[in-house]
Amino acid sequence: MIKLVPRGEQSSTMAYMSPVLAGLLTLFTGGIFFASLGLDPFHALGVFLIAPVSDLYGIAELCVKAAPIMLCAVGLAVAFKAQVWNIGAEGQLLMGGLVASAVALQFGEAEGFWILPCILISGMIGGGLWGLLAAWLKTRFNANEILTTIMFNYIALYLLLYFVHGALKDPDGYGFPESALFSDAATLPILLEDTRIHIGILFALFASVSIWVLMQRSFIGFQIKVLGADANAAKLAGFKHKYLVWIAMVISAALAGLAGASEVTGPIGQLIPSISPGYGYAAIIVAFLGRLNPIGILFASFLMALIYMGGELAQIELNLPLAVTALFQGMLLFYLLACDVLINFRIKLNSAAANNTATGN
Amino acid sequence: MDIDLITNILYAMVRTGTPLLIVALGEMVCEKSGVLNLGQEGMMLMGAVIGFIATLTTGSLLLGFILAILSGVIMSMLFAGIALGLNANQVATGLALTIFGTGLSAFIGADFVGQPIEGLNPYAIPFLSDIPLIGKMLFAQDLIVYLSFGLFAVIYWFFKSSRAGLTVKAVGENPHAANVIGLPVMRTRYLAVAFGGAMAGLAGGYLSLAYTPLWTENMTAGRGWIALALVVFATWRAERIILGAYLFGLASILNLVAQGLGYPVSPNLLAMMPYAATVLVLVMISSNVAKSKMHTPIWLGKPFHPGG
Repeated sequence: MIKLVPRGEQSSTMAYMSPVLAGLLTLFTGGIFFASLGLDPFHALGVFLIAPVSDLYGIAELCVKAAPIMLCAVGLAVAFKAQVWNIGAEGQLLMGGLVASAVALQFGEAEGFWILPCILISGMIGGGLWGLLAAWLKTRFNANEILTTIMFNYIALYLLLYFVHGALKDPDGYGFPESALFSDAATLPILLEDTRIHIGILFALFASVSIWVLMQRSFIGFQIKVLGADANAAKLAGFKHKYLVWIAMVISAALAGLAGASEVTGPIGQLIPSISPGYGYAAIIVAFLGRLNPIGILFASFLMALIYMGGELAQIELNLPLAVTALFQGMLLFYLLACDVLINFRIKLNSAAANNTATGN
Repeated sequence: MDIDLITNILYAMVRTGTPLLIVALGEMVCEKSGVLNLGQEGMMLMGAVIGFIATLTTGSLLLGFILAILSGVIMSMLFAGIALGLNANQVATGLALTIFGTGLSAFIGADFVGQPIEGLNPYAIPFLSDIPLIGKMLFAQDLIVYLSFGLFAVIYWFFKSSRAGLTVKAVGENPHAANVIGLPVMRTRYLAVAFGGAMAGLAGGYLSLAYTPLWTENMTAGRGWIALALVVFATWRAERIILGAYLFGLASILNLVAQGLGYPVSPNLLAMMPYAATVLVLVMISSNVAKSKMHTPIWLGKPFHPGG
């Protein structure tokens, strides 16, 4: 019989080992899973995890996918630290992309270095306001933010569909639900020729550093951490609860908005119905996997981007459905949560003999 | 609006509200025991895909529904093992269940998208279904709708006047006290979670076997989440869940109403309505803090470890 014995204090080693253990278990289960489908597990895992990044183009592509995930996840880390359960990064990303596209299309063929900043900032505002709405409903009306942000994800998606089928549709696009292609002035510069890697990855790295500084070195960061750890202590210390919830939400939502704006002005280059393959949801897993810490999130984002690419390659090479990506994502989060038990508990294996002694038989 | 249109709207309202009613009743039982399972969406999707594949391959609707329920239970036990057994954060574990269920169902169902089956047909009860206006709504539905009426009645009675219902409530209100007086806290919670899973599986099966007899990826379209909001809306009371489910059913079929009235509205804006309505209702209910606190199971979402 397995028994959980409380550790007294949290094990910090386990806090860092748990994501690694979860990754290994996911890998192992993935191997079994591939084998059960009649595939050679080593070959399949190779296709899934190594082949996508075996050349420079692949590595560049990894950065392209990691950027939006990282932007969303470092933001979510701030919200989760404050115990604000923002599940709405996906919707905030979509709103960021939608607003940024609307602005980008207004500029037409105009040129100027200021165009791109305008577009990106409007994307951040679009995403930020979408998050702020949920924060307002939470602080003013006590509405559960998990449920409101999820609903806002769906509403954002339908808003995007409404505009991409309507006002923002390319009149010369043969009826396809797509906007016109953005002009060069409204497109993010490419970092490396012949790849799709654009400066969005720099935004993500910059955001990670900024969030690290904010959380470790600023009074607001300190207040957010206290609020999350002990809401009563924060109250006693006189911290403004509503204000902190708003700050946490607006930071995470604005970064998700920036992710959306970078996607439409970066690798996509126009507004289409499917601007995100669920980056906002994947970012939730990444935030947990990275221990709500910007450095951890950096690593976790690349792992998640790799899972996305592996899923695409597995579809082509192994003839597996694309959903294998989401399957691995869910599995990873499950294992992480299960392994996290080791932070607070020690596992004790009670043999039958020990049981007998304990009960005095 | 003529009477036929109203009759049809009422009929569609109940039909559309039925999956919500079933999941929400299950989640309510689960939450009453103090466990918050956010994995409804994932469990519904698994129920939908497994039920569909079972019926498609065997031709038996009964088997489809049984396996749909069973897959919901298995998924819920995955949640219970991690959230209750290993004391993990319930919010995160529930989210994981939804992400996992979404992925797994899409993976399993990839080869079955769009394949046709003979779904569960409505059965009109003689005479009763001829009653004007409400006859079709209440007595010309399919068997699962009738079953959902029964489920509602049983759960209403369960919490109103059964001893077991009292145990579930006690475990949700204060597991430590319940433990002291000898109530089986963990067993009650596992059973409550399993019941929630069974209901989610059944609701998923209803979607793919009766409501729209086919399988498409993500076909639940957020119904699991709306059901979670419904439980809050209903302040953990069955009679308000049934009301809420049908109201949301109505919000989902606004396109029918709009067509009947001759309004041309964008389908995307109409599709947004149930979600917008959910937010609106959540805000209305939650803003009365004292009242919503009064009915919330006090221990909801907090872990309980018998050893410590």
